[in-house]
Amino acid sequence: MVTGEHQDAPLLTATGVVKHFPGAKALDGVDLEVYPGEVHCLLGQNGAGKSTLIKVLSGAHRPDAGVIMWEGNAVAFPNPMAALRAGIATMYQELDVVDGLTVAENVFLGNEVSVAGFTQRSTVHARTTKVLERLGHANISPNTEVGELSAAGKQIVSMARALSQDARLIIMDEPSAVLDSEEVANLFRVVKDLSDSGIAVIYISHRLDEIRQIGDRLTVLKDGKTVANGLPVSDTPTAQIVTLMTGHEGTLEFPPRQDVPFGEVVLSVQDLALDGVFRDVSFDVRAGEIVGLAGLVGSGRSEILETVYGARRATSGHVLVEGKAVHRGNVSAAVDAGMGICPEERKTQGLLLEQSITHNITLSIFDRLAKVGFLDDAAELAVAHQQTDKLGIVPRDPQREARTLSGGNQQKILLGRWLAHGTKVLFLDEPTRGVDVGARAEAYQLIRELAGSGVAVVIVSSELEEVLGLADRVLVISDGRVLKEADASALSEHQILDLIVEGTSA
Amino acid sequence: MSDQVSAAPASTRRSLPPSVTRNLGLVIAFLAICAIGYFTAGNRFASVDNLMTILRLASIVGVVSIGQCFVVTSGGIDLSVGSMLGLATVWATTGATQYYADQTTWLLMVFAALAVGVVGGLLNGIMVAYGKIVPFMATLALMVAAKGLAEWIANRQTQIITVRGFENAFNADPLGIPTLVWIFALVAGGGWVLYNRTTFGRRTVAIGGNLEATRLAGIKTNRHIVMLYALSGLTVGIAAVMMMGRTMAGTSTHGSLYEMDAIAAVVVGGTLLKGGRGTIFGTVIGVLIFTTLTNIFTQNNLPLSVQQIAKGAIIVVAVLLQQYVAARKTA
Repeated sequence: MVTGEHQDAPLLTATGVVKHFPGAKALDGVDLEVYPGEVHCLLGQNGAGKSTLIKVLSGAHRPDAGVIMWEGNAVAFPNPMAALRAGIATMYQELDVVDGLTVAENVFLGNEVSVAGFTQRSTVHARTTKVLERLGHANISPNTEVGELSAAGKQIVSMARALSQDARLIIMDEPSAVLDSEEVANLFRVVKDLSDSGIAVIYISHRLDEIRQIGDRLTVLKDGKTVANGLPVSDTPTAQIVTLMTGHEGTLEFPPRQDVPFGEVVLSVQDLALDGVFRDVSFDVRAGEIVGLAGLVGSGRSEILETVYGARRATSGHVLVEGKAVHRGNVSAAVDAGMGICPEERKTQGLLLEQSITHNITLSIFDRLAKVGFLDDAAELAVAHQQTDKLGIVPRDPQREARTLSGGNQQKILLGRWLAHGTKVLFLDEPTRGVDVGARAEAYQLIRELAGSGVAVVIVSSELEEVLGLADRVLVISDGRVLKEADASALSEHQILDLIVEGTSA
Repeated sequence: MSDQVSAAPASTRRSLPPSVTRNLGLVIAFLAICAIGYFTAGNRFASVDNLMTILRLASIVGVVSIGQCFVVTSGGIDLSVGSMLGLATVWATTGATQYYADQTTWLLMVFAALAVGVVGGLLNGIMVAYGKIVPFMATLALMVAAKGLAEWIANRQTQIITVRGFENAFNADPLGIPTLVWIFALVAGGGWVLYNRTTFGRRTVAIGGNLEATRLAGIKTNRHIVMLYALSGLTVGIAAVMMMGRTMAGTSTHGSLYEMDAIAAVVVGGTLLKGGRGTIFGTVIGVLIFTTLTNIFTQNNLPLSVQQIAKGAIIVVAVLLQQYVAARKTA
């Protein structure tokens, strides 16, 4: 695409947008300029104001000050429907599709084609098919119930809805967060097609490598202000982007490994198998060691973790902690034996979102702190304070509800839960998902320190870079089998990908 | 994301703990209803005798509501409490049970009622926790089945209690307060302690907040769910004994529609139907609101049908109010 100069007039211009919330200024002078047919990346750490800006552009919030020009005219959308009619469609992270309706019904939701109150199925189907073809997804039938589709499929439906409304600007809020690498490639292809046909895309992502791949220009927000406006992606080095986002120098780096010898074997997995998912999985983890499981989504890597932890019942094989066998398919036995997990889906599998930081941290030990069944609030609060201080959880107020914290701090709550428990084996499934760049380095440092203190760590991540950067030893998983086990220093991303490709075709 | 947005207002609204402010509105609503009672019925309403009448009226459904509050807080629901109550009174008053109770002690009837309640609760819990049947359907099944079983055993007859010791035990008014009210107070107090001060209560709230997260934190969630329904069953058993004490009879129609009254009281009291947040104090006030209303209508000779319309309206208003407060909190 074009870099910098444009002959065409901008499609959307936002100037000096300000939005207050009670007690806080979410947007404090944001500028943004989007041209037709470009992929415009919007970057910023959590809390920088990206979500608020999207809501202002899509009509969900009214700005307190500033001007938004759409196709050369000043606009003030009273509600999201008005923005959609004007041609701005938004794909939120929590996809707003209705699982119980069909693809066609979703595409025309809120815009039903009807004659005298009767829906026109054939018209709707024909039009849906056409839009899906345009998105390169003719394989999705308009009759399919959306609940049966994968996250990627749901995104396509969401995009089809935008297209059916003749959207000229589609805002995508972290669309890749819920996708695996193949699906992401597909998403990129669709985004390219959209921009080739003149539709502008505002693309929000935490992953800088993605932005490199598809972005034309980028705008960086920090503390509710625009700190970089429309920089060409190809000419902006990563270090500069990170600096703009965080406000201080530095790139995404992994803390150096310490040359400390590992301790005894803490976790021993022997010939573990789960019918139809994985088999013959054996590995040991020593105290202080970080073992990474590398593989694509669907390779069985998360399932292996969950089975070792007892959340799924293994068909055969053994799991030993410090030489003692752990009862199969029993999470509480695993926890008693000294295992802990920070699951992939923090919000649905890890946290009590509506409850306090304290109650989240003490969830696995309030029983132990209690005296003959009676809770010991003082002891719990002390533990919470200890962990919030140690991990630097912000805010420091242990009474705050977990849902009000950022992704990085939520992850720290889970780490704190297991630190307080005295866990010997810690499983980390996608530890930095939804954690922004600035906070990642801190998370990596914490994980290293954890291992340094003698915890055996097993990590799963869809970002190979992360597995290689953090782990001491890596198991390459494909199709439910361990293809290779090697020191992380002896492997590269390319080698792993090659192995996986060969492994699956064999 | 919205970190900064929600960070600031926390300090400004820290004057009262949320549990107090939430219940404050409820208490005011209750006092308003009492005021209506005073203005329409005067001293007939505001007398010690009438207070005892209201409390006695509230006690049986109140005990059931305490159990229901635990189940609802955990994200479940127990529809079987009404028919299980009837079944427990029938089982405890059959000819055979009464014969043996006469031979030994009247406490045998109490044990019989409690046992029926607990076994029913265990059944519910096992269906929900291990059978993975949604609570609504599992307890609906028991509701229907228990009703049938009670009618079958009693042959649709009312079984009069003739065991002498039983009657004496329930006719006493220690300190001028009826036995039924004492029992309600004990169950409510015990329930409050269990909910707020024990690991049992914390597990209940945690499961209601996020079942999967609680399970992955190492808590034996299935076992706890069984215990929750057993606890609800136990309160049903206690309520059955109270009902037998009040009516000196056992019949399958005892406790009819109590499940609805209990759920209404729990929700009006401020417990979330989706689970994760509950209040025993609110539940007690919820029960009192409904029984006081009934009392006021009776005092003013208004028909039962009008009363039910008012009940329905109160439920809607209470839920709207809850949602309004919840929306303000997140704004």
